[in-house]
This record gives sequence, C-alpha cells and structure tokens, in this order.
Amino acid sequence: MTARMEQRFADVAAQGRPVLVTYFMGGDPDFDTSLAIMKALPKAGADVIELGVPFSDPMADGPAIQLAGQRALKAGQTLAKTLELARRFRQDDQRTPIVLMGYYNPIYVYGVDRFLADALDAGVDGLIVVDLPPEMDDELCIPALDKGINFIRLATPTTDDRRLPKVLENTSGFVYYVSMTGITGSALPDPSLIAGAVQRIKAHTRLPVCVGFGVKTPEHARAIGASADGVVVGTAIVNQIASSLTEEGHATEATVPGVEALVRGLSAGVRAARLAAAE
Amino acid sequence: MNQVHKPNSFRAGPDEDGRFGIFGGRFVAETLMPLILDLQDEWTRAKDDPAFKAELEKLGAHYIGRPSPLYFAERLTAELGGAKIYFKREELNHTGSHKINNCIGQILLAKRMGKTRIIAETGAGQHGVASATVAARFGLPCVVYMGATDVERQAPNVFRMKLLGAEVKPVTAGHGTLKDAMNEALRDWVTNVDTTYYLIGTAAGPHPYPEMVRDFQAVIGQEARQQILEAEGRLPDLVIAAVGGGSNAIGIFHPFLDDESVKIVGVEAGGKGLDGDEHCASITAGSPGVLHGNRTYLLQDGDGQIKEGHSISAGLDYPGIGPEHAWLNDIGRVEYVPIMDHEALEAFQTLTRLEGIIPALEPSHALAEVIKRAPKMGKDEIILMNLSGRGDKDIFTVGKILGMGQ
Repeated sequence: MTARMEQRFADVAAQGRPVLVTYFMGGDPDFDTSLAIMKALPKAGADVIELGVPFSDPMADGPAIQLAGQRALKAGQTLAKTLELARRFRQDDQRTPIVLMGYYNPIYVYGVDRFLADALDAGVDGLIVVDLPPEMDDELCIPALDKGINFIRLATPTTDDRRLPKVLENTSGFVYYVSMTGITGSALPDPSLIAGAVQRIKAHTRLPVCVGFGVKTPEHARAIGASADGVVVGTAIVNQIASSLTEEGHATEATVPGVEALVRGLSAGVRAARLAAAE
Repeated sequence: MNQVHKPNSFRAGPDEDGRFGIFGGRFVAETLMPLILDLQDEWTRAKDDPAFKAELEKLGAHYIGRPSPLYFAERLTAELGGAKIYFKREELNHTGSHKINNCIGQILLAKRMGKTRIIAETGAGQHGVASATVAARFGLPCVVYMGATDVERQAPNVFRMKLLGAEVKPVTAGHGTLKDAMNEALRDWVTNVDTTYYLIGTAAGPHPYPEMVRDFQAVIGQEARQQILEAEGRLPDLVIAAVGGGSNAIGIFHPFLDDESVKIVGVEAGGKGLDGDEHCASITAGSPGVLHGNRTYLLQDGDGQIKEGHSISAGLDYPGIGPEHAWLNDIGRVEYVPIMDHEALEAFQTLTRLEGIIPALEPSHALAEVIKRAPKMGKDEIILMNLSGRGDKDIFTVGKILGMGQ
C-alpha cells in the first residue's frame, strides 16, 4: 500500500467517519477544466480521487460515464494526458491519493512497464482496471504491486464466499464493493443489504471497504457510510459536469463551482454518517 | 516426446486459462467472472455427456438439415480454368447460414444451466436470426442487440427476428455496428447475470466462448473433410473462408489444421482499402489489444482507442477477430488476406450468374479470393470454400449499389 493511501484512510478513520471517494473523467470536458475540477475536489471535502481514463468501449459503464468518455476523447484526452493531469495535481497536493480507473487496453498499448513507471512518477497511488479479474493478475496487478502501486479490485454481489478469497488475495489499498450487478449509474439498492455485504467482505479482509455504484445524494452517502469505510460517488459528479456544459459540450462558469457544491454536500453526508449510526 | 520443436498439434488449444499463445484469456468485469467459470464447468461436463451429444446430433440432422452438401462448382471451375472448386453449402442450413450450428449448441447449454432469458448481438443479422430461432424453438425470451446502421442495411433480418418473437434493440452508440451491439449486450448481461445467458455469435469473447463456438462450428470442417475424401479420394490443396469474428472460418479450418498438405487462407474485409480507416482487416492492418473479453488483433489508434471499421458486409464489420485466428496467423499456419468491397461485390454477381447461388456478402469475400487463386492453380488441384451464408438479406444493399430496380 502506498504511504499516501494508508495515511489518508488512517487519518479519516481517526476522525470517526467514512472516506469520501470521488470519481470524474479525466479530460471531460477538456484538459484545463478537468484539472480545475480535480484541484477543487479535496477543497470540497473529497478524501480520495478516482481519475477516470477514457476508453472508446466502456463495457461496464452506463450512459453518463460513456458520454463523459466520449467528450474527453473528442477533446483530445489520452492516457498520457491523464497521467499529466495527475502530475499537475500532485504539484500542489501531496496528500490526496489518486486512483486511476479505466479499462486495460489503453494501458496495454502504452506498455505495462512504461505505464507503471510514468504513473509512479506522476504521483498515482492506485489502479482500478475493470476488465482485469484475478485470473488475469499476471498482466498488470502483480507488476503494479511490485512497483508499490495499489491494485484495487471490485467485489460484486456475484462474488460469493468461495470466490472472495481469490478476489481479495492481491487486492491492496481498499476493496471497492459494487453495490449491485449492473453498470455504473444505476439505482441504489437497499442500504441494509449493502451493510450485510460489507460485513461479509470484512470477515475476509482487514482492508477498508468502500461502496459505490448508485450513490448520488448526501442521504445515500450518509446511509452507506454508516456501514462502509468509504463511499464512492461517480455518476452524480459526471452528471453534474454534463448539466453545466453548453450545447456543444464546452465548459461554462458553472462547471467547476457546480462540482464543488455537489461534493461539499456529499462530504457533509459522510461526516454525518457515523453520528447518525451512533444515535 | 517423439516430436521435437513442433507442436504435436495445431488443434490442442486453448490452454486452461483460455489462451492461444498470447491471445485469448478472460478479460471481463468481476460481476461476470463467476458466471463465466460456471459456463466453463457446464461446457466441460456437456461435451463429454453422450446425452448432450446425441441431442445436438439429432437437432443437427432434423432441425438444421445436416450434413450440409459439398457441391462441385462445375461452371465456376470451367470459367476460371484452374483448380476444382468445391463449396461447403452452409447457406442451405435452416436460417440460411452457419450461425445456427453454434446457436443450437449454446441454447442447450443455457437450458442445462437453468437460464431463462437469452441475449445476443448481431451484425448482419444472421446470428440474431439464428438466436431468435432457437429461442423460439426452446420457448425462451430473446433480446437481440443490433447496431442502428445494421438495422437499416439488414432490414429483412430485423423483420425475421421480430416475427420469431425476439425483441430487437437498436444501438446508436459509435457507428451503430457490431462492436457497439456487443458492448450493449455485455451491459445487459452484467445487469441481468442471474437469469440471462449471453449467446455470443462468433469465436471470440472471454474463454470459454472462443473454444466452445469453434467446437460447435467444427462440424463444418469435419463433414467437409469426409465429403471431399469421398468425392476426390484426397484432401483439398486449399481451404478458404471469410473472417469477421471468424466462426465460420475456424469451423471449417480446425479439422484441417494438422493436415500439412492443406494450405489454409482466411479472408478479411478490406473495405475501401487498407490505407485509411475504411476497412475491417484486423490482422492485416491491426495490432494486438484487449477488447470484449479477449486479447487479439484489433483496429485501434496509438492510445488504445478502438476504431470503427467499415465493410460492405455487416457481418464482417467488426474491428477485431477471434483469438485463435490471431494465434494461427502468428505461428504461420493460416494466411490472412484482405478483399475489398468492390471485389466481393463482383464475386457476388459472378456466383449468382454462373451457379445460380446468391451468396451472402460475407462469403463473397472468400469467393473473390478463390477467383484470384483458382486460375493460377493446376486443374488437378482442389479448393474447398465455406459458403457460409445465403445472400437474401443482402439483395437490397447490392441492388442499390448496382442501381437496379427502383
């Protein structure tokens, strides 16, 4: 586990609240706005940043994130430029962990060794690669762990107790529990079901468990945060960005402040989570 | 141990992780992984189960109409003046193409697994029609994802699917072709994983699909091998088939892979030429990458973004190829060549006029390569081509290009 990730989870746990993980698509709607959004996130209360890497064929994503990826690609975003976003962010912020999230092909084509060296150099702390299950660990997971970059795995409702140890074996940083079978941006299931699933995973690992897919409002964040170590919000942020754009898809004065306001609300939600649970 | 430095067989793959050399594998989201492992277990059990084999053979004979004939194309052979040309007539199967061979096999597996809903992707609509057909035959609801562009250019097949009771969902993302339909089918699958069986139409996708689809399609080559031995008393000199994802091709190739005297050629869609992006020649003009569950040759840019291909034939309009083909190319066992849209179109007309057979635009690509090669071969040589589908679905597309009718 990189020191930065470990430190952040420890610091937040000491505050007695869950971690707020925020996702946005690198390069959406353009590089500069995207960098401004990234810099605004910690100020608004985000603890960990998931930086989306656009891919032409995002098989596990719903329409909102698909469109964000298309906007980014249209604006010229690449994996190299996404690493550059991380590097520029890291110049001013040495404490907020950055997790790159995307699909394997752009990394494979970039070259795994070159990618890991450049990611480390840019200050990236972890990777979530949707289409690399544990059966494919030799591809990227093991080389990343060797370099000291976290490989964060998704666990899902279909990951049963028989399979869970295999999924957790080479996972580091945190476990990302996907709250339902489905694509990003679907509806949030019953929080009590999620609490049960989080307990099931925690019986197998000492890593923090963060829950995502379907978390859209401060109330969701508060409800999920009552049982999980962290809450991941993605589609809501991406939708917020999309709603602020011009018809041609360009950023407006409302783009960055809109994200800030949304994240501030979500942050208040996670900060209230344990208080609510304690009552 | 008695054979050194040479694989004992070209037919032994994939390994237990689903790899053919560096190609293949299981690159899928965690949600799908348990199901893919279940499928693999079920498939392993089924292929050794005499009852499964018997049911497959019975449906093959009485529902599909197997074995399909091997036909000596006498007039085409005379016209070209070289090698003797034989067609494996998969276009005479029920539903009009080889696709039904795989669909019957997979729906039997879906039933064994207790799945209650079928989804499929389709390009030309041949696989969609075959899926809708077997879903009707076995009483399961079926959703077919089809690119919006393909819905338009393959209208007769859309109508057939609807008549068969399937729901056809047009996909507008990207160029609205096969790749986009496959993305959408995967999204459906990941959402409805408990109830749903994804009936993949080509020998691609995550393991065990490439192996399983190949094995269901290998009946083509097994029959053809026996038929040509009966007709000519020897094996062919050249076996040839069109390759999109590559299921008809791997089906006819596989039983011949260890016959050293048999040259094997796969024909890719060269579209409007390989210089720009208007083609689907993944092996000839692509590079290795990871998409739709497997590593294989893909059309992609330097950042690993997948390009939209082009082919006159919707069935070949896919920017990737089955992983076993990628491997067969790299080890040099099979040669892959491109054929342009206009060459396929000419071949389509030649066969129609000379033999009274209207081929689909997909095998018309293979036919164009036959037309190039046959005259250069001796009269005692033999070409076997997989005539994988009939052209009824393409008559309007072709008619429009040729300026026929209204």
